[in-house]
Amino acid sequence: MNSSENSTGNSVTVQHETMSKKKIWNVFWILTIITAVEFIIALVLVPKGIFSVGIANPLYIILTLMKAFYIVAFFMHLKFEKLTLIYSIAIPILFIVALIVAMLYEGNYWFDIR
Amino acid sequence: MSSVTNIDEIKSSPWNGGMSPFSVDYGKIMMWFFLISDAFTFATLLIAYGSIRFSASSWPDPDIVFQSAPFIEGGAPLVFVGIMTFILILSSVTMVLAVEAGHRNAKKEVANWMVWTILGGIAFLGCQAWEWNHLHHQGAWWGMNPFLNADGTIASTNFTNLFFTITGFHGFHVLSGVVLNIIIYFNVLAGTYEKRGHYDMVEKVGLYWHFVDLVWVFVFTFFYLV
Repeated sequence: MNSSENSTGNSVTVQHETMSKKKIWNVFWILTIITAVEFIIALVLVPKGIFSVGIANPLYIILTLMKAFYIVAFFMHLKFEKLTLIYSIAIPILFIVALIVAMLYEGNYWFDIR
Repeated sequence: MSSVTNIDEIKSSPWNGGMSPFSVDYGKIMMWFFLISDAFTFATLLIAYGSIRFSASSWPDPDIVFQSAPFIEGGAPLVFVGIMTFILILSSVTMVLAVEAGHRNAKKEVANWMVWTILGGIAFLGCQAWEWNHLHHQGAWWGMNPFLNADGTIASTNFTNLFFTITGFHGFHVLSGVVLNIIIYFNVLAGTYEKRGHYDMVEKVGLYWHFVDLVWVFVFTFFYLV
């Protein structure tokens, strides 16, 4: 009962580790560089035939997921939240992965029977 | 008697009530769960795009469809959408900077960074309006597709339908985000959060704004690059 001060509204928000200005700009540069790499692949490496589309496309997806990680973890601050909150947000995303696998497999099947 | 003292003992673990087990406040958790549901909505749209594209024998080449940019004669592939991506990333950065200033209760700084965030959002919407207008003038719209497939065959309208639906849905999110940011900006100016003692609302709307940026990262990859 003595801990009632903990239960009033927003005082539960413990002052946890936050993003410093330097860290914010670091993440900005990481995102910019990843985007620049995507552009180099699309505008230089693929047209010159250094990368085939079969290599470029998986690379785009890996780079996109890296950008997504940096946005969610640092800009949306999820990396610094409690583990239970991280899991309750990250695990439902597995359902999306399942749907991607199922529907792309289905699309491929339609392509094959056409 | 010892059992009585056990019952009376104050329970202090996170899941015994009286505090947020996630140690974030209610509004922030609700924003996160809304964003998960929104992620599912965008995922279904993008997965529909993916499965239709996988089942098609050929598909329009994005380097040719999206090569127009204002001020560039003849066009240059990806340049314009690159600028749009950069604007959105930058406005995400100014949003985190507003949140960071909020932690220090620096009212003026929060307001300044919110202005930059709003301007970034408006700039993005302006670019998208230009692109839509340009594509519409080329004869592209829902149900109309003037572009040929990469192999020279006539393309179905799936391409334009999906493009306008998905970028339109995303643009609508950007528009809502700009409106929310403007509301937050005026609340900051009015001193609402200063009186409240914390700038948590900036953080909550910030989550939404970053999510909009996050979705664009995926739209950009799957429409313009792949």
